[in-house]
Amino acid sequence: MENIIISLKDAIVDFDGEQILKKINLDIVDKQFVTLLGPSGCGKTTTLRIIGGFQQMKSGSLFFNNKDITKLPPHKRQVNTVFQKYALFPHLNIYDNIAFGLKLKKLKDKEIKTRVQETLELVNLIGFEKRSIHSLSGGQQQRVAIARALVNRPKVLLLDEPLGALDLKLRKEMQIELKNIQQELEITFVYVTHDQEEALTMSDTVVVMNDGIIQQIGTPVDIYNEPKNAFVADFIGDSNIIDGIMRKDFLVDFAGNSFTCVDSGFENDELVDVVIRPEDIKIVPQIQGAITGIVESVIFKGVHYEMIVEASGYKWKVQSTLHEDVGSIVGMNIEPMDIHIMHKMGN
Amino acid sequence: MKTKILAVPYIIWMIIFTIIPLGLVIFFAFTTQSGKFTFSNIVAMNDYLDVLFRSIEFSVIATVICLLLGLPVAYLISRLARGKQGTMLMIVIIPMWINFLLRTYAWMTLLEENGIINRFFGLFHLGPFNLINNSGAVILGMIYNYIPFMILPLYSVMTKIDENVIEAAQDLGCSGFHIMTKIILPLSKQGISTGIITVFVPSVSTFIISRMLGGGTNDLIGDIIESQFLGNSYNPHLGSAMSLVLMVIVLLIMSLFNQFGSEEAVI
Repeated sequence: MENIIISLKDAIVDFDGEQILKKINLDIVDKQFVTLLGPSGCGKTTTLRIIGGFQQMKSGSLFFNNKDITKLPPHKRQVNTVFQKYALFPHLNIYDNIAFGLKLKKLKDKEIKTRVQETLELVNLIGFEKRSIHSLSGGQQQRVAIARALVNRPKVLLLDEPLGALDLKLRKEMQIELKNIQQELEITFVYVTHDQEEALTMSDTVVVMNDGIIQQIGTPVDIYNEPKNAFVADFIGDSNIIDGIMRKDFLVDFAGNSFTCVDSGFENDELVDVVIRPEDIKIVPQIQGAITGIVESVIFKGVHYEMIVEASGYKWKVQSTLHEDVGSIVGMNIEPMDIHIMHKMGN
Repeated sequence: MKTKILAVPYIIWMIIFTIIPLGLVIFFAFTTQSGKFTFSNIVAMNDYLDVLFRSIEFSVIATVICLLLGLPVAYLISRLARGKQGTMLMIVIIPMWINFLLRTYAWMTLLEENGIINRFFGLFHLGPFNLINNSGAVILGMIYNYIPFMILPLYSVMTKIDENVIEAAQDLGCSGFHIMTKIILPLSKQGISTGIITVFVPSVSTFIISRMLGGGTNDLIGDIIESQFLGNSYNPHLGSAMSLVLMVIVLLIMSLFNQFGSEEAVI
């Protein structure tokens, strides 16, 4: 039985009359890496701030190990936060920044020293104790922020887009490092990001949010392969979203053709969104293709080419290791299992 | 070279209105009426040591109270929404738009034996209390007149403290009190020392407040200096000597303060 460490019930948050969180419910499983993913303004940071104690809810409650902590102030919660802009203490050196929480707990100097040392080792900053935070690079400051939170051995670590300000290469390294730290320490991470790739790389569970509502909760593989609606499909990875009509179970019409698919349970002739990943479209000679179109543009993306193909009124994004010339007429085929059928949003 | 030219007007201003007058003060302080060199003016200061110490004592008390009152006020203003910050600062500054003498007269009418405050207490058959013509009234006058000079520099450093840093401190276990002592005060050090200087210096040399609210028994060094130039005991040589001594003492206190300032400022 999985142990739920944090449970948010019917959380509603208003800013100036605008609803930021629309009655969300969220259970976070102990020792998991959970990512709150969504575009800016979706309510993910607000959700994190509720858990940290920095945001009051208009209504709703928050449970920590089944104890109601809705009204508990931040300094009494067993969670620590890594802030987006680091928020290191500018008047303290690195050692004192990291030791800050331990000193408040009135631990013995000797214990503080060993724990700070251990944590510095964990984030690869041995030897930096006496340095001022102004002398550090962005990546190093980020490590100090992580160390400052982790040294308190929180049950849950909250991270608010911690890698947002780092360059791509450093970000990728830190993603792996964070995941390793999480597994080594066996504590729960709640991670906020708008970067879907980051979410898929690190998480045990991804919570996709939009407009103050949780759109889908699942493993990265579930979220990617079985998006629940067109928003999730579009947000997680690239997608072509095409209007279609579900004729009957396992048969869908779109782009002027009928396709066999693996979805069922829709009403006959229901209008649906058909979601197709760009890498699932096979370019074939015109006569062999179920859909015919004209190549509008080709961009080289490193591992693959990305083509925009104009066909039956849509611009299809197609990814392939081979490319066709701009202006050439091509056929496109899609395997039944790569056709994802979704209810129209708002229904 | 060009940038140096821009400084010329100010340098001329400084020479005419600071350097030359300072030279004159020094000259007068060490000469007799006939223009001969002497230490007698400085030695004559001995008679006024009690006034000098009273001036320093009152202004230290006023500065400390301004700091204690100013810290929470400045902090609260700095944490308000942007629009409200402007309004609150306005309220702090508005009294400074009114003439200094008028403000001090206003306190006289409030504190007098049959002033507004005593009449109010009279309604409950209390008093009248002796509110004016004592050292407390002088210190009150100093605090009232100079507290904006404490609040403004404090506010200007506190408003730069990142809200995230305060949240980080809360996150790591800081209660309200610890946020003040471990985060706000250390990060406001610069504003605290500026505020202390801008309140202490005018307080220690003030002269009208003591005469209006002190009832002639609480004269400060500023009053004595003034009377050497404008009063019956006309003696600019002694007045210059007093100014010089006061200036040296203020400089000494300030440099001492800067030496230990960092520790004191954190309390």
